[in-house]
Amino acid sequence: MSKFKKKSNASQDIPTAALPDIIFMLLFFFMVTTVLRETEIKVKQDIPRAEQLVKLEKKKLVTYLYVGEPKEEQFGTESLIQANDAFIGIDGIVQWVNQEKDGLPEAERDQITISLKVDKETKMGIIVDIQTELRNANARKIMYATPQKTDEDN
Amino acid sequence: MARSKNSGSQEVNAGSMADIAFLLLIFFLVTTQIATNKGLTLLLPPKQEDDEPIEVKQQQRNIFKIQVNSLDRLLVEDEPLDDVSKIGDMVYDFIINFGNPGDVKRGSEKVSDRETFESLPPTMKNYIRNSLSSKESSDGPGTAIVSLKADRGSSYEIFIDILDQLNAAYNRVYGERVGLTAEEFRKLNRNDPRDLDLYDRARSGIPKAISIAEPTKVGG
Repeated sequence: MSKFKKKSNASQDIPTAALPDIIFMLLFFFMVTTVLRETEIKVKQDIPRAEQLVKLEKKKLVTYLYVGEPKEEQFGTESLIQANDAFIGIDGIVQWVNQEKDGLPEAERDQITISLKVDKETKMGIIVDIQTELRNANARKIMYATPQKTDEDN
Repeated sequence: MARSKNSGSQEVNAGSMADIAFLLLIFFLVTTQIATNKGLTLLLPPKQEDDEPIEVKQQQRNIFKIQVNSLDRLLVEDEPLDDVSKIGDMVYDFIINFGNPGDVKRGSEKVSDRETFESLPPTMKNYIRNSLSSKESSDGPGTAIVSLKADRGSSYEIFIDILDQLNAAYNRVYGERVGLTAEEFRKLNRNDPRDLDLYDRARSGIPKAISIAEPTKVGG
């Protein structure tokens, strides 16, 4: 019996004094990596996945265009283009690109990269129209933003 | 007197600190969307000066044609194809076919197809000599163009699938040329001088010529 008593005398508590510190560290990590969205996306965004992704180095030079069917029914079912927080038409793209370019340092204006976030239901017609307009606006670097394809998808 | 004051507990109760931190942590966990700056990049051709499309005489054998109709059915080199994942291998063979490598120096680096061929590793040379070098296919990587023509009614999803395959084929060529896998090549960090050198060596003489042709409205 005495053997059992001795064992139970030992403290069985896990020291939790460092727990807040660990949690705080995680908290700071997420606080730093979080980017609070400044624009509300008004189009459906179910983006197809791909494998051969390339990572962009200069985030400053990237601007986003969202294409897809509008979430609100009042805008109909045709795919629309969203730039910043408003819908724009095909003919508004050149103007929008020039506005975005104005916000960049002069030396880097030609290197602007347009990241297209496109819903997979979208038809190619509108994509090609956007490409033509981007060529006219001399914003030739484009990227089709896609998430990485994982093994489960195959 | 001072002693008696000190006898009262002066510590702040920090026991609930972990709970508060947890609450904040969960909030940020839920709201975080780690920004993804990844995707398939493409460089558009420069703006056309005139409305007239410039007719460039290209040999048919130097163009790898992929067409998609509005039902998302594929026509690859004028043959129907059901499986998108086969395009990667076909394009790979097409790029490094070296059917008739010339000595004309092309591009900004001034590398001819014959020099490109000489710079390939022996395994690739053997593969080309034994299985490729077809007169029906491309003359050399300097002139080879992959043309992707999608109908206006085709879906974006299939376009991305095909573009992914094309990039896979090019990355495989580039990777094998410098002794890497396609994946390792893709992850080269171009800010690192050693990686940049590998990258440049892999790409010299083999331009990534993916052309997104103007689509047609007919057909379907």
